[in-house]
Amino acid sequence: MTQRRVPYLILAPGLILLILFLVLPLISTIFPTFFNGGFTFSNYTSFFLDEYNFGIFWRTIKISLIATLICVVLGVPTAYYISQSPKKWRGLLMSITLFPLLTNSVVRSFAWITILGQDGILNNALMNIGLLSKPLTMLYTEFAIVIGSVYLFLPLMVITLVGILENIDSEIMEAAETLGANRLIAFVKVILPLSVPGIIVGSILVFTGSLTAYTTPQLLGGNRNIMLATFLYQNATALGNWQGASVIALIMIVATLIVMKLFSWVAGRMDKRGEASA
Amino acid sequence: MRKNIGLKIFAGLVFAFLLVPLFIIIVTSFGTNSTIQFPIKGFTLDWYSKVFDNEAFMDSFFLSLQVAFFATLLALIIGVPAAYSLARHKVFGRNWIKSFFLSPTIVPGLVVGYAMYQFIVIKFQFPIIQGLFLGHFLICLPYVIRVVGSTIEQLDFSIEEVSWTLGCTKLQAFIKVVLPNITSGIFASFMLAFINSFNNIPVSQFLSGPGVTMLPTSLMNYIEYNYDPSVSALSVILMLGTIVLMYVIEKTLGLASIS
Repeated sequence: MTQRRVPYLILAPGLILLILFLVLPLISTIFPTFFNGGFTFSNYTSFFLDEYNFGIFWRTIKISLIATLICVVLGVPTAYYISQSPKKWRGLLMSITLFPLLTNSVVRSFAWITILGQDGILNNALMNIGLLSKPLTMLYTEFAIVIGSVYLFLPLMVITLVGILENIDSEIMEAAETLGANRLIAFVKVILPLSVPGIIVGSILVFTGSLTAYTTPQLLGGNRNIMLATFLYQNATALGNWQGASVIALIMIVATLIVMKLFSWVAGRMDKRGEASA
Repeated sequence: MRKNIGLKIFAGLVFAFLLVPLFIIIVTSFGTNSTIQFPIKGFTLDWYSKVFDNEAFMDSFFLSLQVAFFATLLALIIGVPAAYSLARHKVFGRNWIKSFFLSPTIVPGLVVGYAMYQFIVIKFQFPIIQGLFLGHFLICLPYVIRVVGSTIEQLDFSIEEVSWTLGCTKLQAFIKVVLPNITSGIFASFMLAFINSFNNIPVSQFLSGPGVTMLPTSLMNYIEYNYDPSVSALSVILMLGTIVLMYVIEKTLGLASIS
């Protein structure tokens, strides 16, 4: 009898800490948003009916979606290249990919401030060669947030994909080419479908990461391009609107869960389709 | 591999995209101008000494080190036995408990920090530093559960059984047989948890106060009002730290173990 209790005693400290310092804090902040006299969803309906709030929600979804797409487009060929490189190169290429990932995200966003700023490196370079007569506004735009998010999350996408693509037999490509497909078609028809599981996992990481990111919109978005995370922070600090901040907190959690479920569901469907045609 | 010029150029451009911004930071940290300039006009190391003279940076650096270290340590003390139990014991609702242990990764970091600030600091009047430490513990725990868990699952169960047959109690077997065989997993999860706690911003953003600011937050606050090469210099110092860590990981476990 005592033997059977041992596992639960071992698990108890972690479970208790999680309940005390994650679950209870979340419940105690989010619960009150459903009460206004009686039980109500009004805080949430009014959030989405408000044009300004909905604009911020929509911008967050839009930027996350674009960043995810760019990461897929850039990530799949790069990961394929890494997975097909000779072993001694692969380590170096993986280090190049890992290095930005392990570097602080403030540092990585700051790099783009120096590049995209009004008096930044890109503007100065373009004006020096005469392509521009006056500087472009690139920093503090949605464009800057997209670039920053791609820069932040591309390594995650590549590393996830390399793990999948390494297991693909390189002879499969040769077979496709022998059978008459040119290299691009062979890539699209053979490698791309095989990398779908990696693309899904990577996309979940990039999408949910951009959806909830705080550093990038804060440093690269400026005051006009607020996203959900910066809006939460603004509500809780500058505006002193704790209720509003808690509403955004739940919206961020639910959006994350929906994205994860949705992507896994898509992956599941694609798997089934593969089985049916096989 | 046969040559494929198109793919090679494409991958080359992506690697350039990943590295050039960081390279630019390194160059600008040596510039003599008082704002950031590229290419630089003169060479100086002054910005590095400015970083070391900046008390806010140094204090927050040591705070970040301490918080990351102790949060990781607590996560290991609680997480390693839990991961073992989840892998080896018949536990009711095993998958649910495992998902629960991994759940801090699903809740957005800023929300974790916000909820803890509201509940622990405002409602129960804990000092901010304790909230900060617990918040970072929540960041670290999933890494330990995931990495150590998969190491234990790969460990041959029969060597434990042998040690029981030879007279070890279960606790002795865990300490003498299991732990020495999962050190690589423990070390890898320590590194991952430490790096992620040290670099984390969202969780710390709400949990900061006078004298209690983590390095990334303090760097972020500095950037909001300043645009000088000391930010580049501090960035370079942080990158050097990253390189040292990557080197240590490569020499001990191989980088493949954390990616």
